[in-house]
Amino acid sequence: MSRPEDQGPAELYYGDAEAQKYTNNSRIQKIQAEMTHRALELLALPPDQPLFLLDIGCGSGLSGEILDELGYIWAGVDIAPSMLQVALEREVEGDLFLQDIGQGFGFRPGSFDGAISISVLQWLLTSPSSHPNDTPPARLTRFFTTLYAVLRNPSRAVFQFYPETDDQITLITTIARKPASVVELSSTIPIHARHAKCSSVSCMDVDNEGLPRGLNGEDPNEEKRNVTFERRRARERLHGKKKKKGGIDKEWILKKKELYRQRGKQDVPNDSKYTGRRRKPVF
Amino acid sequence: MVRLITHNLLACHVRGCTTNNFPLAFKDVEIQLREAEFNQDFLRGFLPKLEWRALVDTAKSLNDQSLPDTPPAPEQMDTEFLKALHHVLLEIHVEEGAMVCANCGHVYPISNGIPNMLLQEHEL
Repeated sequence: MSRPEDQGPAELYYGDAEAQKYTNNSRIQKIQAEMTHRALELLALPPDQPLFLLDIGCGSGLSGEILDELGYIWAGVDIAPSMLQVALEREVEGDLFLQDIGQGFGFRPGSFDGAISISVLQWLLTSPSSHPNDTPPARLTRFFTTLYAVLRNPSRAVFQFYPETDDQITLITTIARKPASVVELSSTIPIHARHAKCSSVSCMDVDNEGLPRGLNGEDPNEEKRNVTFERRRARERLHGKKKKKGGIDKEWILKKKELYRQRGKQDVPNDSKYTGRRRKPVF
Repeated sequence: MVRLITHNLLACHVRGCTTNNFPLAFKDVEIQLREAEFNQDFLRGFLPKLEWRALVDTAKSLNDQSLPDTPPAPEQMDTEFLKALHHVLLEIHVEEGAMVCANCGHVYPISNGIPNMLLQEHEL
């Protein structure tokens, strides 16, 4: 199954039809809900306080609904107008903004008590155009620097995303570390292992006290299986590995002769030390 | 659904536009009033984040005079004041219109309650 990010920019991919499909799909709803709850767990907000949160890539408000239920006031940004339209129809409570997160945020510093972003960051890894301002590192840098500015200090932002390769994880985490002293954890949530995707929850934070533990310990083999030899595999795919030819060698000849004898074929030559040897070149 | 609570946090983010880029001025607005749940703790917690001057001016530009020019001290806040603040912050929804940056003049159009914050390539 090809990845949605490879099929074009988010605002086009999530058109009217796809937005409806996405929102009404019970499996996606369930995953989104689980991810949102997990993200809130990692945010570790002080309990019973009505705080002001930012939902990055809020889409049709699937995670926003959960924020509403839990009594948070929130604002959401998304780049796909169709998704926001669905969010309006579903009457979520938060304020919605049509915004490209790769262009940075325009909020005043210290506006939000925390931020969550569910399956969004991978969209920043493709560039919308060939302009130097639009490369993934430039977009990620703008995103993270402005995000840290709009968050209160200290506070956290939790991202759940679907990286394709190890390199992407490295890229995201190095850029995320630059603007602030940052703690990052990454974990696999096993529901996606079935699709050979690994999902990471990264948690950025300015004071690193009382950081909740990641799910790292739960199933160490799962993520490993997905990412070992990732680079080599990509390289081989690019260059086309020279496949060893299954040529005719002694082993193969002996196997065939044995097979013919078993089938009762007449005139199968006897095996000898000359079997499978090349003849001398003859002029 | 641009409410004044988010409007009060919103500054222009065009590149190089760093001074006098807040608050964005409303233009040709259509307003809807929708009731919201009154939450005293949230308001008290949010008060330090507000830019009071900008809030009062914006409220006035939307024909709402209920807020005093200077915020009362925390111990003097009565329910009446908080109710007025609640109304201004969370119940006034701007549905159509635009927001204009006072410095660079960039226009952020609002349609169907959603402001379009997208920038052009040269504004990044």
